[in-house]
Amino acid sequence: MELYELTIHELQDKLRTGETSSAEITASVFGRIDAVEKDVHAYITLMRETALAEATRADEAIRKGEIGALTGIPIALKDICCTKGVRTTCGSRILHNFIPPYDATVVEKLRAAGAVLTGKTNMDEFAMGSSTESSFFGATRNPWDLTRIPGGSSGGSSAALAAGECIASLGSDTGGSIRQPAALCGVVGLKPTYGRVSRFGLIAFASSLDQIGPFTKDVEDCAILMNVIAGYDPRESTSVPEEVPDYRQFLGRGIEGWTVGIPKEYFIDGIDPEVEAAVRETIKVVEKAGAKCIEVSLPHTEYCLAVYYIVAPAEACSNLARYDGVKYGFRSEEGRDLMEMYKKSRASGFGAEVKRRIMIGTYALSSGYYDAYYKKASQVRALIKRDFDEAFAKCDVILTPTTPTPAFRIGEKTGDPMQMYLSDIFTISTNLAGIPGISVPCGFTAAGLPIGVQFLAGHFQEGRLIQFASAYEKEAHLEKRRPRCHGI
Amino acid sequence: MEFEPVIGLEIHAQLLTDTKIFCGCSAKFGAAPNTHTCPVCLGMPGVLPVLNRKVVEFMIKMALATNCAVNRECNFARKNYFYPDLPKGYQISQYALPPAEHGWVDVEFDGRQKRIGITRIHMEEDAGKLMHDEHNPASYVDLNRTGVPLIEIVSEPDIRSAEEAAAYLRRLHEILVYLEICDGNMEEGSFRCDANISLRPRGTEPFGTRAELKNMNSFRNVQRALEYEIKRQQYVLEGGGQVVQETRLWDDTAGVTHSMRGKEEAHDYRYFPDPDLVPIVIDDAWIEEVRKAQPELPLEKRERFMRAYQIPAYDAGVLTTSRALADYYEEVVRLCGEPKIAANWVMGDILRFLNEEKRDIRECPIAPASLAGMIRLIQEGTINGKMAKEVSEAMYKSGKTPQAIIEEKGLVQITDEGALSETIAEIIGKNPAQVEQYRGGKDKVFGFFVGQAMKATQGKANPQMINDLLKKMLAG
Ligand SMILES: [Zn+2]
Repeated sequence: MELYELTIHELQDKLRTGETSSAEITASVFGRIDAVEKDVHAYITLMRETALAEATRADEAIRKGEIGALTGIPIALKDICCTKGVRTTCGSRILHNFIPPYDATVVEKLRAAGAVLTGKTNMDEFAMGSSTESSFFGATRNPWDLTRIPGGSSGGSSAALAAGECIASLGSDTGGSIRQPAALCGVVGLKPTYGRVSRFGLIAFASSLDQIGPFTKDVEDCAILMNVIAGYDPRESTSVPEEVPDYRQFLGRGIEGWTVGIPKEYFIDGIDPEVEAAVRETIKVVEKAGAKCIEVSLPHTEYCLAVYYIVAPAEACSNLARYDGVKYGFRSEEGRDLMEMYKKSRASGFGAEVKRRIMIGTYALSSGYYDAYYKKASQVRALIKRDFDEAFAKCDVILTPTTPTPAFRIGEKTGDPMQMYLSDIFTISTNLAGIPGISVPCGFTAAGLPIGVQFLAGHFQEGRLIQFASAYEKEAHLEKRRPRCHGI
Repeated sequence: MEFEPVIGLEIHAQLLTDTKIFCGCSAKFGAAPNTHTCPVCLGMPGVLPVLNRKVVEFMIKMALATNCAVNRECNFARKNYFYPDLPKGYQISQYALPPAEHGWVDVEFDGRQKRIGITRIHMEEDAGKLMHDEHNPASYVDLNRTGVPLIEIVSEPDIRSAEEAAAYLRRLHEILVYLEICDGNMEEGSFRCDANISLRPRGTEPFGTRAELKNMNSFRNVQRALEYEIKRQQYVLEGGGQVVQETRLWDDTAGVTHSMRGKEEAHDYRYFPDPDLVPIVIDDAWIEEVRKAQPELPLEKRERFMRAYQIPAYDAGVLTTSRALADYYEEVVRLCGEPKIAANWVMGDILRFLNEEKRDIRECPIAPASLAGMIRLIQEGTINGKMAKEVSEAMYKSGKTPQAIIEEKGLVQITDEGALSETIAEIIGKNPAQVEQYRGGKDKVFGFFVGQAMKATQGKANPQMINDLLKKMLAG
C-alpha cells in the first residue's frame, strides 16, 4: 500500500506512532500527481512548494506533540474557495489571473487544523455543470475510466481523491456538485445543511443554495473533516449559530430500529438498471443492519428541476455581475467605451453555459416576469421544503440513488443542456430544502464504474447521516477497488 | 388653463455611523482614494455582507421622528445595474418590504402649516465616485464611499409648490441633523435630494406625466430647479405638447434642466431579495430603546421654549435652528434667569458675530457663563446697555470674562445720585435756551439733555437715573 492510498485516520495512526511523516505522505501524494495528473487533469493550480513547507512544519509540530485535527494531511481545495496569495479561478477565464488577498473561512480552518494544501482542483466554470467539462482549463477525466467524466461541478476534487492525488478534498454543492461527482468517482461526499459550513470566501454561484462540504475515502474521514470545517461564522449572515457536535461520536453506533424513507418519486423511468439494482441492494443492507424501510412521498419532486433552474440562475446572474473587467480578472482591451468594455470582457470572459444561465436568470428576474418565475419558484421551493419536513416526521433518514446513471462519456451531453441538467435530478431537492445529504459508494456496474447511494436527513442532522452511512459502510462489506487511471 | 404642480421628493441621507453598512471600513468622508476599503466593499469574489445594526438604529430614529410605522420585519434586496462605481454590479437596497412607512411631517411656509406625507424610509448602501482625467482618456474610481450607509426618505406627492418643497426639505434636514444621524452637508453630498414633478389642471385628480430632477446640491437649487421645471412643463402643456417621462439634470450655471436621455434611461433593476442577508427583525423592545434615547425634536423644542421662556414664536424658531444653539441659549438662561434678555443677546450680537465669520455656535468664544454674567451685570446696574455692547464685542474677540473686561476698560456705571445731580445741574446751567424750550412744552428737547449727560459721563451714567433726575430737575 502506498501512503497516498490511505485514509486520513489511517495516516493519523502512522503519524502518531512516528511510522511515517507528513513530508513522506506529501511526497507520496505529489509523486502520484506526477504519475497520473497528465491523464486525470484534476487540478488547475498545484501548490507543491507551499505544501512541502507545510508538511515540514507539520512534522515539527508532531515532534513537539502539537497535533491538530488534520496536522500533516494533504488536502485539495476546489478552485472556488479563495486562497490568500494563490490564484483562484472558479474554472473561468474571467478569473484566470485573480489572486485573492484573503482566505475563505474553510481555508483558514484547514490551515489552523494543520492541513497541507496540495492545490486547487478543476471544476465546471462557476460550478455550473455536472461534468467538469465547462472549465476554461479543460475537462477532468474519471480515474475509473478516462474516457468518462468525473461528475461535476466538483469533478476535480472527486477525481483527485479517487486517483490518490490527495488524501481528502473540499468541494461545493449547489444542486449536487459534491454528491454527484462523489457517486461517479466512488468516494464519500457530504453536502452539509445550509448555514452549517461558512460560505465566506466561497465564490458565489447561487447564494441560497451553495454549501461547502468534504470528499473523503470513507465515512470516518468525512466526520474528521466535518469536525474541522463546520461552525458558525460571524462573517456570514446566513451562517447558523448551531452547536457543532463531535461527528466522530456517531461512527459505529449502529442503526437498530431506525426508519428509512424510500421516496417513490425517486425510482423513475430512465434510471439506469444497474444503478437501480445497486441502490435496491442497499435497502437490503440497511434492513439487515436493523433499520426498517418504508415508502414515503415527496410529492413536489417533479418541480425541483424547474424551480432550481429559475432560482439558481437568478441568483447567479446577480452574483456574476461583479465580473465586469473593471477591478480584477479578465478585461478585453478591445472595448472603445465603457459599455463595449463590459460587453467584450464578459462575452469572452465567460463560457457558453455560464452565459446561458446569466440569460435565464436575467429573464426570470425581469420586470413583468418576476412574479411568474422567480416569485412562483420561491413559493414552490417552500412546498418542496415542506415535503421533506413531512417525510422526516415519518422517518429518520431518506434513501435515494445519488445519480440516475453512472459516469457518462466526455462530450456525451455537452450538446444537450437538458440531458446534462437531468444528471442532478436526485440531488437538487436537497439544496432547495437546505437539508444535508451524503453520497456513499454502493457498488460498481459490470463495466467497473462506481455507483453511489444518497442518504438525506433533516436540518443539522449531519451526525445522523454519518451514523447511518457508517453503519451502512460497515454492513455492506464492499469490495475495495482502486481506479486504474489509464486506458484512454 | 391654470396648472397645479404635483411634487414628491426623494432624499438620500448619509448616516453618521463609524463604519460602513456591510463591512468594518470607516465611513468617514475625505480620506485618500480607496483607503477606506476592504474585500467586502470592493465586491471581491466570495465575500459576504454583514449588517451594521447601528444603521438600523439610525433608521428607526428617523422613522420615529417622522411619525412612520416601523415594520417588524423587512429585508434587503439587490438593485442590479452595471456601473464602475458599483463594484458588485448591484446595490444592496430595500424594495418590496420597507422598514418604515406611512409617516408625515408638518411644515410651515407663508405663515401656513401643512402636513406632508412620507411614503417610506429604507436603508441602502452608497456607491463609489468616478473621477475623470481631464488630460487623458481615462477614468478612475474611488470606492471609499461604497458601502457608506444611506437612508432614503420618499415623500408622498403632497407638495404643491417649489417653496413648499424647500420648506419640507429644510424640515427633514433639521430633523436629521437634530437626531445627529446625518451631518446634512449638501455640497459634500451627505444630504441629497431628487424630485419628481408633474403638472395637472388645477382642480383635477389624475397626475400628469412626471419628470425626475437630479443634481440639485443646495436648498436654493432645489427651489430654483422646481420653479424652472414648473415653467417648462407649463410651456410644453400650453403649447399642446406632452411632458416626457424622463430624468432631467439641473444645470446650476445655466439655471435650466437638461434631459438625461439615453443609456441611463429605462433601467430594469431586476430587484430580488438578497440571499446573502437574512430578514431584519425589529422588535418592540428595540423600538422602545430607540424611542427612549430620542432627543427633543425641533418642533417640540420650539413649543417648549415659547411655553417655558415666554418668548415669541419667531425667537423660539431662531433659537432652535440647531441643537447646539438651543443648548447654548438654555445654558445662558439657566445661569442668568432672564429668558427674554438672553434671547435678544443670543439672536442679536452672538449670531451676528458668528455669521460675520461663518462660524458655528459650537465655536463661539463667548462661553454661556460669560454671556449670562454680562446679563446679570446689566440687571444689577453695574453696566448699561451701551457698555454691554462694548463688553460683548471684547468678549467675542478675547474670550475673557465680562468682569475682566470691565476692569480693564474701567467700564463701571455711575450710579452715585449726588455726582449725577451735580453734572445735570451744570448742564442745565449751561443751556438756558433749551431749558426755556423744554419748559415751554417742547418735550423733544429732553433727548438733548440725555445726550449731554451721557456725553459728560462718557456714557457711564445709569440711563434710568439720568432720566429720572433730568425730569425732576428740569421741572424746576
Ligand atoms: Zn470595507
